[in-house]
Amino acid sequence: MPRNGALALTFNALVVVFMLAPLVIVCLVAFTPENTLSLPGWSWSLRWFEKVFHHPDFMTSFVNSLWLASTSATLSVALAVPSAMAITRGEFRGRGALEALFLSPLVIPHLVLGVALLQLFSHIGATGSFFWLMLAHVLIITPYAMRLLISAMTGYDRTVEHAALSLGASRWTMFVRVTLPMILPGVTGGWLLCFINSFDELTMSIFITAPSTITLPVRMYMYATESIDPMMAAVSALIVALTATTALILDRIYGLDRVLVGQR
Amino acid sequence: MPFLELDNLTKQYGHLYAVENVSLTVEQGEFISLLGPSGCGKTTTLQMIAGFVEATAGAIRLQGRDITHAPANSRGLGIVFQSYALFPHMTVAGNVSFGLEMQKVSKAERARRVDHALTLVHLDAYADRYPRELSGGQRQRVALARALVIQPPLLLLDEPLSNLDAKLREAMQFELRNIQQQVGTTTIMVTHDQAEAFSVSDRVVVMQSGKVMQIDTPYQVYEHPATDFISRFVGKTNMIPSAPGHPQRHIRPEKLRLVAAGSGRVNATVAERFFLGSQWFYHLTSDLGELTVTIPNDGSAPQAPGTVVGVQWDEANMRTLAEGRA
Amino acid sequence: MMAAAKKFSPVWLTLPSLALFLVMLMTPLTLTLLLSFNEYDNMKGAVGGFTLDHYWKVISDGFYLEIFWRTLKIGLLTTLICVVVGVPEAYILSRMNRPWRSLFLMIVLTPLLVSVVVRTFGWSMLLGFEGPINQLFVALGWGKSRLLYTEGAVIAALVHVMLPFMIIPVWTSLQKLDPQVEQAALSFGASRLTAITRVVLPQIMPGILSGGLIVFGLAASSFAIPGLLGGRRLKMVATTVYDQYLHELNWPMGASIAVILLLANLVVMLTCHRVVEGQYRRRLG
Repeated sequence: MPRNGALALTFNALVVVFMLAPLVIVCLVAFTPENTLSLPGWSWSLRWFEKVFHHPDFMTSFVNSLWLASTSATLSVALAVPSAMAITRGEFRGRGALEALFLSPLVIPHLVLGVALLQLFSHIGATGSFFWLMLAHVLIITPYAMRLLISAMTGYDRTVEHAALSLGASRWTMFVRVTLPMILPGVTGGWLLCFINSFDELTMSIFITAPSTITLPVRMYMYATESIDPMMAAVSALIVALTATTALILDRIYGLDRVLVGQR
Repeated sequence: MPFLELDNLTKQYGHLYAVENVSLTVEQGEFISLLGPSGCGKTTTLQMIAGFVEATAGAIRLQGRDITHAPANSRGLGIVFQSYALFPHMTVAGNVSFGLEMQKVSKAERARRVDHALTLVHLDAYADRYPRELSGGQRQRVALARALVIQPPLLLLDEPLSNLDAKLREAMQFELRNIQQQVGTTTIMVTHDQAEAFSVSDRVVVMQSGKVMQIDTPYQVYEHPATDFISRFVGKTNMIPSAPGHPQRHIRPEKLRLVAAGSGRVNATVAERFFLGSQWFYHLTSDLGELTVTIPNDGSAPQAPGTVVGVQWDEANMRTLAEGRA
Repeated sequence: MMAAAKKFSPVWLTLPSLALFLVMLMTPLTLTLLLSFNEYDNMKGAVGGFTLDHYWKVISDGFYLEIFWRTLKIGLLTTLICVVVGVPEAYILSRMNRPWRSLFLMIVLTPLLVSVVVRTFGWSMLLGFEGPINQLFVALGWGKSRLLYTEGAVIAALVHVMLPFMIIPVWTSLQKLDPQVEQAALSFGASRLTAITRVVLPQIMPGILSGGLIVFGLAASSFAIPGLLGGRRLKMVATTVYDQYLHELNWPMGASIAVILLLANLVVMLTCHRVVEGQYRRRLG
């Protein structure tokens, strides 16, 4: 293995500092005892975390976001499994076009989806509906699940399914006992990736949430444009912690490098 | 009534015949090999028997029952796949037991039969391992145990040894044959390796371009190949020119002997010499054209390149093939 | 091909997804396209009819032109910095030994999973008047300066958010590279630099191109970062659309800007995708 020189290692160190700095400062400032955005000196305090937990708006939004992310991730995976299956094994006309369509939300700015859905919702009177908000989230996170599942399904040996059939398994038994367990890492990995993406989504949601359905990122964005106090830092630190935990689980289940870097 | 009968079995993809009018009868307990180069239709034939490829025409009859269009999961055949196709998320025992579960065999009976099958392939100590913890040869034997445990009327082997290294492949050939004779299951194996086909089979079906070219015992296929193609496919051969209008004549390199110059049927010059361990391999140039000769390494000194030698053979070993049948 | 597959026609499995994409993607996008041609009345909002006024305004009014120009500039600068930082970083990472390699790769990529709002907020603190960067400047004797609400602040945060998108494709193409090819170049007497520019760089060019595209596309349509770090003055396309929809309530105007943004995005993505596919698929397989 070739080694990196001192210059290369310094460069790497600078990039790492650059990538971590904003996250680290958020987490540090969250513990400040002061009323302003300042780094805690010798005294640390949990008062801003306490304030978050007693802030009804933030708590409602947090619950909204959790609920929204879990339902939309579940629905998204439920849609993506059969679709990815059809795309990877079907031999039908328009297969490529279908795949492109299902991945297209990745190249459409969320802003455009936001205004388009805002208009649709106001047409059909869906503004403020949690269900329609969830469908919107399903739309933008499905490509992530789809991509992961397509790569999980193309990467495995189909003769294993033939083996199950030759041993007398029905198609359904084959799916439940052989196919599903084999793509399970892809399914759970896809779910978590969907969860994170839905939980973080701001740009589309800001157009289509109503006061009763405001999600955490939207709440934070609005809060940050009006006032800036250490409570924002505390909320941010909590999100960093939550994301780190999810990332760790994701790494255990599917391998973070495979989720982030992908195989295709 | 034959045990298994392929009756003019045909598979057509568009205008292309992958398999054309293949007919074959197999007796109970026989070990048959489908031998041929890649693309000859041997795997497609096997897949039609297994039920993974639908026959375009013809029939497959097993024990008198027409199974041509029966779904794969109702045929009850034992199949060993080229990639082994083990279930990666199940233990060795789980893999072997799967087929029995599908047949709703009771738990106690399952345990007994799984154990028996694993003992047969010498893997009884590995029941709780996962496939990824096994070597290639061990996986191969799990696949065999999994196929045999359901006591299939017919065992299908799709290039079962091609993923093993040379030494292991040879050992497994004999083990495969031993196990097959112990359980007595009628077996059809697909292979492109003539040595593998010869060493284990009762009869060999040689295929080329989707058609059956010859069905015979291994010895007959080697000694009396039906066509030029088979002659060259199953071994090396020398073509001896004959008078115009007469059929082409062939003789195998090991049937030629080197004698003193002038005392053979023809004189030849040693062009190249290769040492293969158990034998010497010569390229000679002669009035009959290029000749290849293999001589057992009996310890005597080999001929040096450039030497003029005589080449001798028994006329009984000379084969005549109908012209134009290649 | 297989008997099993023949009886199993899988198109219907995609129907639920297809329904979702028809209702939630095709329909709203069509509605927005139509809306962008609607006439607008200050009192009544969109009043139907057909007009090209909004599009005309976008390409003739200095206010909108400046916003598009700034968005283009910021997008290009962000992309350039991401290339200049991300490509060497991916190369350095790929040359690291085992545990360090995956550790640093994770450190560089996982911020991708943290909400953009959080990361932008982090930058607003870093760049604040009393923030650590200004304190560093004071320590160095340069004195404090206003960093927030500048294009520099927006670009810094954009680079932070986009860098992973640059590193990922470059890393992927580096993984496909046979390390012995670089060694072969060195064995012919090529210098390190020549080996990189003549042998490594051409092979990872598709990765750089597709990374650059993703970064440009995302940067040019970014919303939270200019919204929080650009302040009121520094508008970009996305924040302008937001204003048109939620403050000015001029939906047709906002719709036409959104349509232009979408089309520009798709054109850039598709043309460059073609170029990458056509030029490199053949050569690099």
